[in-house]
Amino acid sequence: MIQLTTPITEAAARQLRVGDEVFLSGIVFTGRDAVHKYLHDGGALPPEVSFQGGAIYHCGPVVIKDASGEWKVVAAGPTTSTREEPYQWQIIRDHGVRGVIGKGGMGPRTQKACQEYGCVYLHAVGGAAQVLAECVKKVRNVYFLEKFGSPEAIWELEVENFPVVVTIDAHGRSLHEEVFNASSQALAARVSAGAH
Amino acid sequence: MHSLLDSLIEIIRRTSAEIPDDVHRAILGSLENEKKGTIAESALKIIDRNIDLAKRKSQPLCQDTGSVLFYIDCPVGLDQVAFEETAREAVKQATKKGYLRQNSVDSLTGKNDGTNCGPGAPNLHFHQHHSADLNVRLMLKGGGCENVGAQYSLPEEALGANRDLAGCRRVILDAVLQAQGKGCGPGILGVCIGGDRASGYAFSKTQFLRRLDDINPVAELAALEQEIIKTANDLGIGPMGFGGNTTLLGCKIGAANRVPASYFVSVSYMCWAFRRQGAKIDPQSGAVTSWLY
Repeated sequence: MIQLTTPITEAAARQLRVGDEVFLSGIVFTGRDAVHKYLHDGGALPPEVSFQGGAIYHCGPVVIKDASGEWKVVAAGPTTSTREEPYQWQIIRDHGVRGVIGKGGMGPRTQKACQEYGCVYLHAVGGAAQVLAECVKKVRNVYFLEKFGSPEAIWELEVENFPVVVTIDAHGRSLHEEVFNASSQALAARVSAGAH
Repeated sequence: MHSLLDSLIEIIRRTSAEIPDDVHRAILGSLENEKKGTIAESALKIIDRNIDLAKRKSQPLCQDTGSVLFYIDCPVGLDQVAFEETAREAVKQATKKGYLRQNSVDSLTGKNDGTNCGPGAPNLHFHQHHSADLNVRLMLKGGGCENVGAQYSLPEEALGANRDLAGCRRVILDAVLQAQGKGCGPGILGVCIGGDRASGYAFSKTQFLRRLDDINPVAELAALEQEIIKTANDLGIGPMGFGGNTTLLGCKIGAANRVPASYFVSVSYMCWAFRRQGAKIDPQSGAVTSWLY
Protein backbone atom coordinates (compact mmCIF):
# COMPACT_ATOMS: atom_id res chain seq x y z
CA MET A 1 0.00 0.00 0.00
CA ILE A 2 1.43 3.35 -1.10
CA GLN A 3 0.83 6.47 0.99
CA LEU A 4 0.01 9.59 -1.01
CA THR A 5 -0.63 13.01 0.49
CA THR A 6 -1.98 16.21 -1.05
CA PRO A 7 -0.67 18.45 -2.44
CA ILE A 8 0.60 15.84 -4.89
CA THR A 9 3.79 16.74 -6.75
CA GLU A 10 4.22 15.95 -10.41
CA ALA A 11 7.04 13.55 -9.52
CA ALA A 12 4.83 11.69 -7.02
CA ALA A 13 2.06 11.37 -9.62
CA ARG A 14 4.50 10.08 -12.22
CA GLN A 15 5.87 7.46 -9.84
CA LEU A 16 2.54 5.69 -9.64
CA ARG A 17 1.76 2.74 -11.90
CA VAL A 18 -1.41 0.96 -12.97
CA GLY A 19 -2.39 -1.57 -10.30
CA ASP A 20 -0.81 0.32 -7.37
CA GLU A 21 -3.01 0.37 -4.30
CA VAL A 22 -2.88 3.78 -2.64
CA PHE A 23 -4.00 5.35 0.63
CA LEU A 24 -4.71 9.01 -0.07
CA SER A 25 -4.61 11.58 2.73
CA GLY A 26 -5.12 15.33 2.72
CA ILE A 27 -7.69 17.47 0.95
CA VAL A 28 -10.00 16.38 -1.84
CA PHE A 29 -12.62 18.47 -3.60
CA THR A 30 -15.75 16.81 -4.89
CA GLY A 31 -16.80 17.82 -8.37
CA ARG A 32 -19.11 16.06 -10.76
CA ASP A 33 -21.34 16.77 -13.75
CA ALA A 34 -22.43 20.34 -12.99
CA VAL A 35 -18.97 21.51 -11.86
CA HIS A 36 -17.21 19.99 -14.86
CA LYS A 37 -19.62 21.51 -17.35
CA TYR A 38 -19.45 24.85 -15.55
CA LEU A 39 -15.64 24.94 -15.70
CA HIS A 40 -15.66 23.77 -19.30
CA ASP A 41 -18.05 26.62 -20.18
CA GLY A 42 -15.51 29.10 -18.77
CA GLY A 43 -16.85 29.38 -15.23
CA ALA A 44 -14.43 30.39 -12.46
CA LEU A 45 -13.72 28.47 -9.28
CA PRO A 46 -14.52 30.27 -6.04
CA PRO A 47 -11.40 32.24 -4.94
CA GLU A 48 -10.89 29.94 -1.92
CA VAL A 49 -10.70 26.81 -4.11
CA SER A 50 -7.54 25.69 -5.86
CA PHE A 51 -7.08 22.34 -7.59
CA GLN A 52 -3.29 22.87 -7.97
CA GLY A 53 -1.59 19.62 -6.94
CA GLY A 54 -4.99 18.52 -5.77
CA ALA A 55 -7.38 15.67 -6.13
CA ILE A 56 -10.84 16.06 -7.59
CA TYR A 57 -13.35 13.47 -6.50
CA HIS A 58 -16.29 12.47 -8.72
CA CYS A 59 -18.72 12.14 -5.88
CA GLY A 60 -22.08 13.45 -4.74
CA PRO A 61 -22.01 12.70 -1.04
CA VAL A 62 -24.91 12.45 1.40
CA VAL A 63 -24.16 15.26 3.84
CA ILE A 64 -26.25 16.26 6.84
CA LYS A 65 -25.87 18.91 9.53
CA ASP A 66 -25.39 17.34 12.94
CA ALA A 67 -26.89 18.69 16.18
CA SER A 68 -24.06 21.20 16.61
CA GLY A 69 -24.56 22.58 13.10
CA GLU A 70 -21.44 20.89 11.66
CA TRP A 71 -21.59 19.22 8.26
CA LYS A 72 -21.20 15.47 8.45
CA VAL A 73 -20.63 13.15 5.49
CA VAL A 74 -22.78 10.04 5.93
CA ALA A 75 -22.13 8.39 2.56
CA ALA A 76 -19.48 9.22 0.00
CA GLY A 77 -18.69 6.72 -2.73
CA PRO A 78 -17.58 7.60 -6.26
CA THR A 79 -19.88 8.26 -9.19
CA THR A 80 -19.26 7.08 -12.76
CA SER A 81 -16.40 9.14 -14.19
CA THR A 82 -16.91 8.63 -17.87
CA ARG A 83 -19.56 11.36 -17.97
CA GLU A 84 -16.75 13.86 -17.34
CA GLU A 85 -14.66 12.56 -20.24
CA PRO A 86 -15.55 15.53 -22.50
CA TYR A 87 -14.25 17.99 -19.87
CA GLN A 88 -11.65 16.29 -17.68
CA TRP A 89 -8.57 16.75 -19.87
CA GLN A 90 -9.09 20.48 -19.92
CA ILE A 91 -9.50 20.71 -16.15
CA ILE A 92 -6.32 18.67 -15.65
CA ARG A 93 -4.50 21.02 -18.02
CA ASP A 94 -5.88 24.32 -16.72
CA HIS A 95 -6.14 23.63 -13.00
CA GLY A 96 -3.09 21.48 -12.25
CA VAL A 97 -5.08 18.52 -10.97
CA ARG A 98 -2.80 15.58 -10.07
CA GLY A 99 -5.38 13.02 -9.07
CA VAL A 100 -8.83 12.29 -10.44
CA ILE A 101 -10.82 10.00 -8.14
CA GLY A 102 -13.87 8.17 -9.43
CA LYS A 103 -15.10 4.85 -10.70
CA GLY A 104 -15.37 3.06 -14.01
CA GLY A 105 -12.35 4.69 -15.59
CA MET A 106 -12.10 7.34 -18.27
CA GLY A 107 -11.37 7.55 -21.96
CA PRO A 108 -8.44 8.36 -24.23
CA ARG A 109 -8.51 12.15 -23.80
CA THR A 110 -8.15 11.87 -20.02
CA GLN A 111 -5.54 9.15 -20.45
CA LYS A 112 -3.54 11.44 -22.72
CA ALA A 113 -3.90 14.41 -20.35
CA CYS A 114 -2.65 12.23 -17.46
CA GLN A 115 0.44 11.40 -19.48
CA GLU A 116 1.01 14.91 -20.74
CA TYR A 117 0.49 16.89 -17.54
CA GLY A 118 1.38 14.32 -14.86
CA CYS A 119 -1.88 13.13 -13.36
CA VAL A 120 -3.34 9.76 -12.32
CA TYR A 121 -6.81 8.30 -12.23
CA LEU A 122 -7.51 6.81 -8.82
CA HIS A 123 -10.30 4.25 -8.78
CA ALA A 124 -12.33 4.05 -5.58
CA VAL A 125 -14.65 1.10 -4.99
CA GLY A 126 -18.04 2.04 -6.40
CA GLY A 127 -20.86 1.71 -3.93
CA ALA A 128 -18.56 1.58 -0.91
CA ALA A 129 -20.10 4.74 0.48
CA GLN A 130 -19.69 3.84 4.15
CA VAL A 131 -16.07 2.67 4.05
CA LEU A 132 -15.16 5.82 2.13
CA ALA A 133 -17.25 8.14 4.33
CA GLU A 134 -15.31 6.82 7.34
CA CYS A 135 -12.14 8.12 5.68
CA VAL A 136 -13.59 11.64 5.57
CA LYS A 137 -12.40 13.22 8.79
CA LYS A 138 -13.84 16.66 8.28
CA VAL A 139 -15.92 18.78 5.95
CA ARG A 140 -13.86 21.96 5.62
CA ASN A 141 -16.23 23.88 3.42
CA VAL A 142 -18.82 23.72 0.69
CA TYR A 143 -19.12 25.85 -2.46
CA PHE A 144 -21.92 26.23 -5.02
CA LEU A 145 -24.37 24.55 -2.65
CA GLU A 146 -27.24 26.83 -3.65
CA LYS A 147 -26.26 26.95 -7.29
CA PHE A 148 -25.88 23.23 -7.95
CA GLY A 149 -27.62 21.48 -5.03
CA SER A 150 -25.98 19.20 -2.49
CA PRO A 151 -24.82 16.23 -4.62
CA GLU A 152 -23.37 18.54 -7.30
CA ALA A 153 -21.73 21.09 -4.99
CA ILE A 154 -17.97 21.32 -4.40
CA TRP A 155 -17.35 19.81 -0.97
CA GLU A 156 -13.89 20.38 0.49
CA LEU A 157 -13.11 17.23 2.44
CA GLU A 158 -10.24 16.26 4.69
CA VAL A 159 -9.53 12.56 4.13
CA GLU A 160 -7.26 10.02 5.76
CA ASN A 161 -6.11 6.71 4.25
CA PHE A 162 -8.73 6.88 1.53
CA PRO A 163 -8.30 3.58 -0.40
CA VAL A 164 -7.93 3.80 -4.18
CA VAL A 165 -6.29 1.87 -7.01
CA VAL A 166 -4.33 3.51 -9.82
CA THR A 167 -6.10 2.43 -13.01
CA ILE A 168 -4.80 5.13 -15.39
CA ASP A 169 -1.22 6.23 -14.86
CA ALA A 170 0.94 9.02 -16.24
CA HIS A 171 2.78 6.56 -18.50
CA GLY A 172 -0.07 6.05 -20.96
CA ARG A 173 -1.45 2.85 -19.43
CA SER A 174 -5.10 2.27 -18.64
CA LEU A 175 -6.32 -0.84 -16.88
CA HIS A 176 -9.80 -0.14 -18.29
CA GLU A 177 -8.55 -0.23 -21.84
CA GLU A 178 -6.60 -3.43 -21.17
CA VAL A 179 -9.49 -5.27 -19.49
CA PHE A 180 -11.93 -4.10 -22.16
CA ASN A 181 -9.71 -5.37 -24.97
CA ALA A 182 -9.01 -8.70 -23.28
CA SER A 183 -12.68 -9.30 -22.37
CA SER A 184 -13.84 -8.33 -25.88
CA GLN A 185 -11.54 -10.97 -27.34
CA ALA A 186 -12.67 -13.53 -24.78
CA LEU A 187 -16.30 -12.82 -25.61
CA ALA A 188 -15.72 -12.99 -29.36
CA ALA A 189 -14.23 -16.46 -28.90
CA ARG A 190 -17.14 -17.65 -26.74
CA VAL A 191 -19.87 -16.16 -28.91
CA SER A 192 -18.61 -17.81 -32.07
CA ALA A 193 -18.14 -21.09 -30.16
CA GLY A 194 -21.78 -20.92 -29.11
CA ALA A 195 -23.10 -19.95 -32.54
CA HIS A 196 -25.93 -21.91 -34.03
CA MET B 1 -52.31 6.31 8.40
CA HIS B 2 -49.58 7.11 10.92
CA SER B 3 -48.48 3.54 11.29
CA LEU B 4 -48.28 2.93 7.54
CA LEU B 5 -46.05 5.99 7.37
CA ASP B 6 -43.73 4.53 10.00
CA SER B 7 -43.68 1.19 8.19
CA LEU B 8 -42.77 2.79 4.87
CA ILE B 9 -39.99 4.85 6.45
CA GLU B 10 -38.64 1.65 8.00
CA ILE B 11 -38.79 -0.13 4.62
CA ILE B 12 -36.82 2.75 3.11
CA ARG B 13 -34.25 2.66 5.93
CA ARG B 14 -33.74 -1.08 5.61
CA THR B 15 -33.57 -0.97 1.85
CA SER B 16 -30.98 1.80 1.89
CA ALA B 17 -28.80 0.37 4.68
CA GLU B 18 -29.17 -3.40 4.61
CA ILE B 19 -28.26 -5.61 1.70
CA PRO B 20 -30.68 -8.54 1.24
CA ASP B 21 -29.36 -11.88 2.57
CA ASP B 22 -29.47 -13.61 -0.81
CA VAL B 23 -27.25 -10.91 -2.34
CA HIS B 24 -24.90 -10.87 0.65
CA ARG B 25 -24.38 -14.62 0.33
CA ALA B 26 -23.56 -14.26 -3.36
CA ILE B 27 -21.01 -11.53 -2.60
CA LEU B 28 -19.34 -13.65 0.10
CA GLY B 29 -19.16 -16.52 -2.38
CA SER B 30 -17.47 -14.31 -4.95
CA LEU B 31 -14.94 -13.12 -2.35
CA GLU B 32 -13.92 -16.73 -1.74
CA ASN B 33 -13.65 -17.27 -5.48
CA GLU B 34 -11.31 -14.38 -6.15
CA LYS B 35 -7.57 -14.87 -6.33
CA LYS B 36 -5.83 -13.78 -3.12
CA GLY B 37 -3.73 -10.64 -3.18
CA THR B 38 -5.36 -9.16 -6.28
CA ILE B 39 -7.00 -5.76 -6.54
CA ALA B 40 -10.22 -7.64 -7.32
CA GLU B 41 -10.00 -9.30 -3.92
CA SER B 42 -9.23 -5.95 -2.26
CA ALA B 43 -12.31 -4.42 -3.88
CA LEU B 44 -14.56 -7.25 -2.66
CA LYS B 45 -13.14 -6.95 0.85
CA ILE B 46 -13.99 -3.25 0.87
CA ILE B 47 -17.47 -4.12 -0.40
CA ASP B 48 -17.92 -6.66 2.38
CA ARG B 49 -16.75 -4.16 5.00
CA ASN B 50 -19.11 -1.59 3.53
CA ILE B 51 -22.08 -3.94 3.87
CA ASP B 52 -21.34 -4.45 7.56
CA LEU B 53 -20.73 -0.76 8.25
CA ALA B 54 -23.92 0.40 6.53
CA LYS B 55 -26.04 -2.02 8.51
CA ARG B 56 -24.35 -1.21 11.81
CA LYS B 57 -24.61 2.56 11.31
CA SER B 58 -28.00 2.44 9.63
CA GLN B 59 -26.68 4.58 6.81
CA PRO B 60 -26.90 4.28 3.02
CA LEU B 61 -24.90 1.41 1.49
CA CYS B 62 -24.25 3.70 -1.46
CA GLN B 63 -24.55 7.48 -1.56
CA ASP B 64 -26.59 7.21 -4.74
CA THR B 65 -29.83 6.15 -3.13
CA GLY B 66 -31.23 5.97 -6.61
CA SER B 67 -34.65 6.06 -8.16
CA VAL B 68 -37.21 5.17 -5.52
CA LEU B 69 -39.32 2.36 -6.98
CA PHE B 70 -42.22 0.91 -5.02
CA TYR B 71 -43.93 -2.31 -6.13
CA ILE B 72 -47.19 -2.82 -4.31
CA ASP B 73 -49.32 -5.94 -4.44
CA CYS B 74 -52.58 -4.92 -2.86
CA PRO B 75 -56.07 -6.21 -2.16
CA VAL B 76 -58.82 -4.96 -4.43
CA GLY B 77 -60.20 -1.75 -3.00
CA LEU B 78 -57.04 -0.36 -1.41
CA ASP B 79 -57.07 3.44 -1.60
CA GLN B 80 -54.12 3.91 -3.93
CA VAL B 81 -54.30 7.70 -3.82
CA ALA B 82 -53.99 7.74 -0.03
CA PHE B 83 -51.21 5.14 -0.18
CA GLU B 84 -49.26 7.23 -2.66
CA GLU B 85 -49.60 10.34 -0.50
CA THR B 86 -48.27 8.42 2.50
CA ALA B 87 -45.41 7.02 0.42
CA ARG B 88 -44.41 10.51 -0.69
CA GLU B 89 -44.42 11.70 2.91
CA ALA B 90 -42.31 8.69 3.91
CA VAL B 91 -39.79 9.54 1.18
CA LYS B 92 -39.60 13.15 2.38
CA GLN B 93 -39.02 12.11 5.98
CA ALA B 94 -36.50 9.41 5.05
CA THR B 95 -34.58 12.04 3.09
CA LYS B 96 -34.46 14.34 6.12
CA LYS B 97 -33.13 11.47 8.20
CA GLY B 98 -30.34 10.82 5.67
CA TYR B 99 -31.59 7.37 4.59
CA LEU B 100 -31.98 8.87 1.12
CA ARG B 101 -29.77 11.45 -0.57
CA GLN B 102 -31.39 14.60 -1.94
CA ASN B 103 -31.51 12.82 -5.22
CA SER B 104 -34.32 14.12 -7.39
CA VAL B 105 -33.71 16.90 -9.87
CA ASP B 106 -36.11 18.90 -12.02
CA SER B 107 -35.07 17.86 -15.52
CA LEU B 108 -35.78 21.26 -17.06
CA THR B 109 -34.43 23.68 -14.48
CA GLY B 110 -31.82 21.47 -12.81
CA LYS B 111 -33.29 22.44 -9.42
CA ASN B 112 -33.09 19.97 -6.57
CA ASP B 113 -35.67 20.88 -3.94
CA GLY B 114 -34.27 18.30 -1.54
CA THR B 115 -37.48 16.34 -1.04
CA ASN B 116 -37.02 13.48 -3.54
CA CYS B 117 -40.60 14.13 -4.65
CA GLY B 118 -41.69 15.50 -7.98
CA PRO B 119 -43.19 14.34 -11.26
CA GLY B 120 -42.53 10.59 -11.45
CA ALA B 121 -40.66 10.53 -8.15
CA PRO B 122 -41.13 8.36 -6.22
CA ASN B 123 -42.37 5.79 -8.71
CA LEU B 124 -45.17 3.48 -7.60
CA HIS B 125 -46.35 0.34 -9.36
CA PHE B 126 -49.64 -0.98 -8.02
CA HIS B 127 -50.82 -4.45 -8.75
CA GLN B 128 -54.17 -5.60 -7.40
CA HIS B 129 -54.73 -9.20 -6.47
CA HIS B 130 -57.53 -11.23 -4.92
CA SER B 131 -55.59 -11.98 -1.75
CA ALA B 132 -56.07 -9.85 1.37
CA ASP B 133 -52.30 -9.34 1.64
CA LEU B 134 -50.62 -6.00 1.17
CA ASN B 135 -47.03 -6.58 0.07
CA VAL B 136 -44.82 -3.55 -0.38
CA ARG B 137 -41.49 -4.03 -2.12
CA LEU B 138 -38.98 -1.25 -2.59
CA MET B 139 -36.03 -0.99 -4.93
CA LEU B 140 -33.52 1.84 -4.84
CA LYS B 141 -31.75 1.81 -8.16
CA GLY B 142 -28.69 3.99 -8.54
CA GLY B 143 -27.88 5.98 -11.64
CA GLY B 144 -24.54 4.32 -12.38
CA CYS B 145 -26.12 0.94 -12.97
CA GLU B 146 -29.24 2.42 -14.58
CA ASN B 147 -27.10 4.21 -17.15
CA VAL B 148 -25.61 0.95 -18.42
CA GLY B 149 -28.98 -0.68 -19.10
CA ALA B 150 -29.45 -1.47 -22.78
CA GLN B 151 -32.24 -2.35 -25.16
CA TYR B 152 -31.64 -4.33 -28.34
CA SER B 153 -33.93 -4.70 -31.32
CA LEU B 154 -33.39 -8.06 -32.98
CA PRO B 155 -32.12 -8.91 -35.50
CA GLU B 156 -29.00 -6.98 -34.46
CA GLU B 157 -26.74 -7.51 -37.40
CA ALA B 158 -23.55 -6.04 -35.98
CA LEU B 159 -23.67 -8.61 -33.16
CA GLY B 160 -24.92 -11.43 -35.35
CA ALA B 161 -27.98 -11.72 -33.14
CA ASN B 162 -31.07 -13.28 -34.71
CA ARG B 163 -34.57 -13.66 -33.32
CA ASP B 164 -33.90 -16.73 -31.18
CA LEU B 165 -32.41 -17.58 -27.79
CA ALA B 166 -28.90 -17.68 -29.26
CA GLY B 167 -29.46 -14.11 -30.46
CA CYS B 168 -30.72 -13.13 -27.00
CA ARG B 169 -27.57 -14.63 -25.50
CA ARG B 170 -25.38 -12.56 -27.80
CA VAL B 171 -26.97 -9.23 -26.97
CA ILE B 172 -27.17 -9.93 -23.24
CA LEU B 173 -23.44 -10.74 -23.19
CA ASP B 174 -22.77 -7.60 -25.20
CA ALA B 175 -24.58 -5.61 -22.50
CA VAL B 176 -22.27 -7.18 -19.89
CA LEU B 177 -19.21 -6.27 -21.95
CA GLN B 178 -20.33 -2.67 -22.43
CA ALA B 179 -21.31 -2.21 -18.78
CA GLN B 180 -17.91 -3.25 -17.47
CA GLY B 181 -16.46 -1.06 -14.77
CA LYS B 182 -19.21 1.52 -15.01
CA GLY B 183 -22.09 -0.28 -13.34
CA CYS B 184 -20.30 -1.21 -10.05
CA GLY B 185 -19.80 -4.90 -10.63
CA PRO B 186 -20.11 -7.63 -9.80
CA GLY B 187 -23.61 -7.01 -11.02
CA ILE B 188 -26.94 -8.69 -11.53
CA LEU B 189 -28.92 -8.65 -14.78
CA GLY B 190 -32.67 -8.34 -15.11
CA VAL B 191 -33.73 -9.16 -18.66
CA CYS B 192 -36.98 -9.08 -20.57
CA ILE B 193 -37.28 -10.87 -23.87
CA GLY B 194 -40.17 -9.31 -25.78
CA GLY B 195 -42.65 -6.63 -24.80
CA ASP B 196 -42.52 -3.13 -26.25
CA ARG B 197 -39.83 -0.52 -25.58
CA ALA B 198 -41.49 0.72 -22.39
CA SER B 199 -42.95 -2.50 -21.00
CA GLY B 200 -39.74 -4.39 -21.79
CA TYR B 201 -37.63 -2.20 -19.55
CA ALA B 202 -40.30 -2.12 -16.84
CA PHE B 203 -40.56 -5.92 -16.91
CA SER B 204 -36.78 -6.34 -16.87
CA LYS B 205 -36.65 -4.40 -13.59
CA THR B 206 -39.28 -6.58 -11.96
CA GLN B 207 -36.88 -9.51 -12.44
CA PHE B 208 -34.83 -7.94 -9.62
CA LEU B 209 -37.70 -8.70 -7.24
CA ARG B 210 -36.83 -12.39 -7.62
CA ARG B 211 -34.44 -13.91 -5.11
CA LEU B 212 -30.99 -14.58 -6.52
CA ASP B 213 -31.16 -18.24 -5.52
CA ASP B 214 -34.56 -18.97 -7.10
CA ILE B 215 -34.89 -21.17 -10.16
CA ASN B 216 -36.68 -19.93 -13.25
CA PRO B 217 -39.75 -22.14 -13.82
CA VAL B 218 -39.20 -21.92 -17.59
CA ALA B 219 -36.50 -24.49 -18.35
CA GLU B 220 -35.00 -22.69 -21.40
CA LEU B 221 -34.74 -19.45 -19.47
CA ALA B 222 -33.26 -21.18 -16.42
CA ALA B 223 -30.58 -22.67 -18.67
CA LEU B 224 -29.92 -19.33 -20.39
CA GLU B 225 -29.56 -17.58 -17.02
CA GLN B 226 -26.94 -20.08 -15.89
CA GLU B 227 -25.11 -19.97 -19.21
CA ILE B 228 -24.94 -16.15 -19.16
CA ILE B 229 -23.53 -16.12 -15.62
CA LYS B 230 -20.92 -18.72 -16.50
CA THR B 231 -19.79 -17.07 -19.72
CA ALA B 232 -19.76 -13.57 -18.20
CA ASN B 233 -17.58 -14.81 -15.35
CA ASP B 234 -15.16 -16.34 -17.84
CA LEU B 235 -14.53 -12.98 -19.51
CA GLY B 236 -12.13 -11.75 -16.84
CA ILE B 237 -13.88 -8.41 -16.30
CA GLY B 238 -14.10 -8.88 -12.54
CA PRO B 239 -15.26 -6.67 -9.66
CA MET B 240 -15.23 -2.98 -10.64
CA GLY B 241 -13.81 -4.05 -14.00
CA PHE B 242 -10.41 -4.55 -12.32
CA GLY B 243 -10.05 -8.01 -13.92
CA GLY B 244 -10.99 -11.13 -11.96
CA ASN B 245 -13.33 -14.07 -11.63
CA THR B 246 -16.68 -12.52 -10.72
CA THR B 247 -18.40 -10.31 -13.25
CA LEU B 248 -22.01 -11.32 -12.54
CA LEU B 249 -23.64 -12.43 -9.29
CA GLY B 250 -26.89 -13.28 -10.99
CA CYS B 251 -29.00 -13.15 -14.12
CA LYS B 252 -32.80 -13.20 -14.14
CA ILE B 253 -34.69 -13.46 -17.39
CA GLY B 254 -38.38 -13.27 -18.15
CA ALA B 255 -40.33 -13.28 -21.38
CA ALA B 256 -43.32 -11.15 -22.38
CA ASN B 257 -45.37 -11.39 -25.54
CA ARG B 258 -44.38 -9.16 -28.44
CA VAL B 259 -45.98 -8.08 -31.69
CA PRO B 260 -44.72 -9.99 -34.74
CA ALA B 261 -42.78 -6.99 -36.05
CA SER B 262 -40.82 -6.34 -32.83
CA TYR B 263 -38.30 -8.41 -30.92
CA PHE B 264 -36.78 -6.42 -28.09
CA VAL B 265 -34.33 -7.66 -25.51
CA SER B 266 -34.23 -5.20 -22.62
CA VAL B 267 -31.38 -5.53 -20.14
CA SER B 268 -31.38 -3.77 -16.79
CA TYR B 269 -28.20 -3.88 -14.76
CA MET B 270 -28.09 -3.83 -10.97
CA CYS B 271 -24.91 -3.00 -9.08
CA TRP B 272 -23.58 -5.17 -6.25
CA ALA B 273 -25.20 -2.65 -3.86
CA PHE B 274 -28.51 -4.30 -4.69
CA ARG B 275 -31.05 -2.45 -2.61
CA ARG B 276 -34.32 -4.29 -2.50
CA GLN B 277 -36.43 -5.11 0.51
CA GLY B 278 -40.09 -5.66 1.13
CA ALA B 279 -42.64 -6.26 3.83
CA LYS B 280 -46.07 -7.67 4.30
CA ILE B 281 -48.19 -4.94 5.84
CA ASP B 282 -51.46 -5.22 7.72
CA PRO B 283 -53.83 -3.21 5.49
CA GLN B 284 -55.85 -2.04 8.49
CA SER B 285 -53.19 -0.97 10.97
CA GLY B 286 -50.40 -0.29 8.48
CA ALA B 287 -47.95 -2.26 10.64
CA VAL B 288 -45.30 -4.57 9.21
CA THR B 289 -46.24 -8.19 9.89
CA SER B 290 -43.28 -9.87 8.19
CA TRP B 291 -40.29 -9.15 5.92
CA LEU B 292 -40.18 -10.59 2.44
CA TYR B 293 -36.43 -11.01 1.84
